[in-house]
Amino acid sequence: MQQAIAPSRSLTSMMKSSLKATFGTPLNAAISIVMLAFFATVLPALYRWGIAAASLSGADRKACIDGGACWVFLRIRWHDLMYGSYPPTEVWRVNLVAVMLVVLIVGAFLKANPWRRQLVILLCFAFPVAASVLLLGGVPGLPYVATRFWGGLMLNVVLAFIAVAGAVPLGLVLAEARRAKDRTVRSLAIGFIELWRAAPLVTVLFMGIFILPFVMPRGFELNKFVSVAVVLVLFNSAYMAEAIRGGLQAVPRGQFQAAEALGLGFWQARWLVIWPQALRMSVPSIVNTAIDLFKDTSLVIIVGLFDMLGAVQQAVRDPQWLGLSAEGYIFVASIFLVICSLLSAMSKTIERELDPGRRE
Amino acid sequence: MQLSGRRIGQIRQILGLTLVAVAAVLIAINVSGNLQLKGLSLSFDFLGRPASFDIPFKLIDFNSRDTYARAALVGLLNTVLVAVLAIITATIVGVSFGTFLLSPNPLLRRTSMMFVEMIKNTPQLLQVLFWYVVILRQLPSARESYQPLANVYLNVRGLFLPALQMAAPNGRLWLAWAAIGALVALLLYGMRQLFVVKRVERNKLIAVAGGLAAVAVISWWISAVEVSLSRPELRGFNFRGGVQIVPELIALWVGLAIYASSFIADLVRGAVLAVPKGQEEAASALGLKHGQTLRLVKLPQALQIVVPPLVSQYLNITKSSTLGIAIAYPEIMTVLGGTTLNQTGQAIETMLIIMGVFILLNLIVSALMNRYNRHVALQGHA
Repeated sequence: MQQAIAPSRSLTSMMKSSLKATFGTPLNAAISIVMLAFFATVLPALYRWGIAAASLSGADRKACIDGGACWVFLRIRWHDLMYGSYPPTEVWRVNLVAVMLVVLIVGAFLKANPWRRQLVILLCFAFPVAASVLLLGGVPGLPYVATRFWGGLMLNVVLAFIAVAGAVPLGLVLAEARRAKDRTVRSLAIGFIELWRAAPLVTVLFMGIFILPFVMPRGFELNKFVSVAVVLVLFNSAYMAEAIRGGLQAVPRGQFQAAEALGLGFWQARWLVIWPQALRMSVPSIVNTAIDLFKDTSLVIIVGLFDMLGAVQQAVRDPQWLGLSAEGYIFVASIFLVICSLLSAMSKTIERELDPGRRE
Repeated sequence: MQLSGRRIGQIRQILGLTLVAVAAVLIAINVSGNLQLKGLSLSFDFLGRPASFDIPFKLIDFNSRDTYARAALVGLLNTVLVAVLAIITATIVGVSFGTFLLSPNPLLRRTSMMFVEMIKNTPQLLQVLFWYVVILRQLPSARESYQPLANVYLNVRGLFLPALQMAAPNGRLWLAWAAIGALVALLLYGMRQLFVVKRVERNKLIAVAGGLAAVAVISWWISAVEVSLSRPELRGFNFRGGVQIVPELIALWVGLAIYASSFIADLVRGAVLAVPKGQEEAASALGLKHGQTLRLVKLPQALQIVVPPLVSQYLNITKSSTLGIAIAYPEIMTVLGGTTLNQTGQAIETMLIIMGVFILLNLIVSALMNRYNRHVALQGHA
């Protein structure tokens, strides 16, 4: 309704109404003045510290003399922050995977893209295979890079991707099981889901490192990366199950009946009729769960994997850069902020696209 | 052969249960084999042995001769402490920011929105580490403490506050605590009468309030307690006396509270927007201003919607308190999963205890929530 009125308003009346909103009542005027004073003091100081007086060139902290931010240390540690201990000569492989991932996600997101469906299929099936071959190597032309050399932002993204890719199918099965007619199946699913949801992620990661090796058959070695990936998948499958259950509930009853009327069996109906609709409708919740998961991948430093935050933690302990922690944390925070904000904006757009009648 | 639907269901149930049982047995065989291989045994005996480590921050007496079980209790109490502090702070900050997000003033609204998005979209662990490493570690030494108020000192070793000390020479300290308990009960009862109960029954009010007040006064008097104020004082390089709030607690408290408050702010905003538009129109027809409408009409109704997701945020805060292990705040994860696990190697047992604590907490909270939902449904709201 408001959208219909807005274009007919003139510029002056718009300015008038915004002035009235900002300074209309004494309380509002006071709030506005306080806010403006806040910006007037904070923004210039921030600009001076972060940009005007900051240092970027140079090789050590002696280059940082102006009292501004010392970004030098991020430049020097760039490789650790992005790739961990990945061999510098092989870094192009990580970059290639990153470009592929971004192109596929953006392509699958754009509504105008005629190849959208194909890109989603590529992202779900072909990309994981290509990415593991490129990152791990071990084939002719690509030397093997063990997972213990993986780190930095790359580790955050890889762990998040594996966890989402593993947790969505598992979550789908759990969500179906939770809706099953059979009481045993239902209570087993509820038990599994609630157990994981009750657990703190820190404890879950510890269980991955300390208990998972006990559960494995004798002679079966697990490295840290695999243990962490396994528990992340299990942990997130419970949250994905709840996200997907919402989608399953949103599929109209008529769809189930129509599938039955066509003579489709249980699994055929699920595969051809119900799941495509349910998954499409759960995309926003799945993306939101994935955002939480991506942020949470930074917890792996507690069990000794070195992600981007781990690289900063290591750098601030280095006597050469002691006391420069603020720059490191702010840098990592901004990377997470940009990625998570973009994903959450995408999730909101998809939500509107799925339900154009909703007012926002 | 034709099987009835019920029979098929039974067969499926038996098959499913068998599958789960087989998986459980296989896991048990693997675990016991691996334990034997490492010369470990599954037992909780270690809990009775002396812990032989000290805990720097504790609410009850503890020294290195005490048992692992008592160490776990110290950790559990520290978890409860930081969770309660963070929940209270997060609620206050979150509800304030929630109302800012609804402000008609675009400057305030946009700025608050920016802050909320910034906090929501960065990892919680990063925020805790930021408060700990960047802010609290940069504080001055004890000799150069900040002194924001009289007898309050802030330095790199934490926040030092004056403390009330109670001493009962005749050993009746518990009576003094009973008096305090009665006083708190009186306060809570009074608040309930003021804000929740609409129709006051005068006789009942006088009886209950008078009874509680009498219990408080009499037991305080019998206990003959002596109250003294202990002030923090600089001795050498550190403060003595008063209460010390360690920087680890402050960092975890602030980190948990700020992170959760951004989600609470969004919840409050969403719940207020979900209040039917007719309510706002009716309020403005009655001549209420924006602030009054929010306080008297919308927030009370939004409260009904917001309670279940708010409680799940409280659970999240409690679960996230395990991040304390990253900055060595001695909560249950640090004490059991960190130090105890390192010393004893009893990985399965320590994790079982921690998981047990959190599962129990979840069960209690969801039982309470079910009661609340039934209560609300009975009243015909929501």
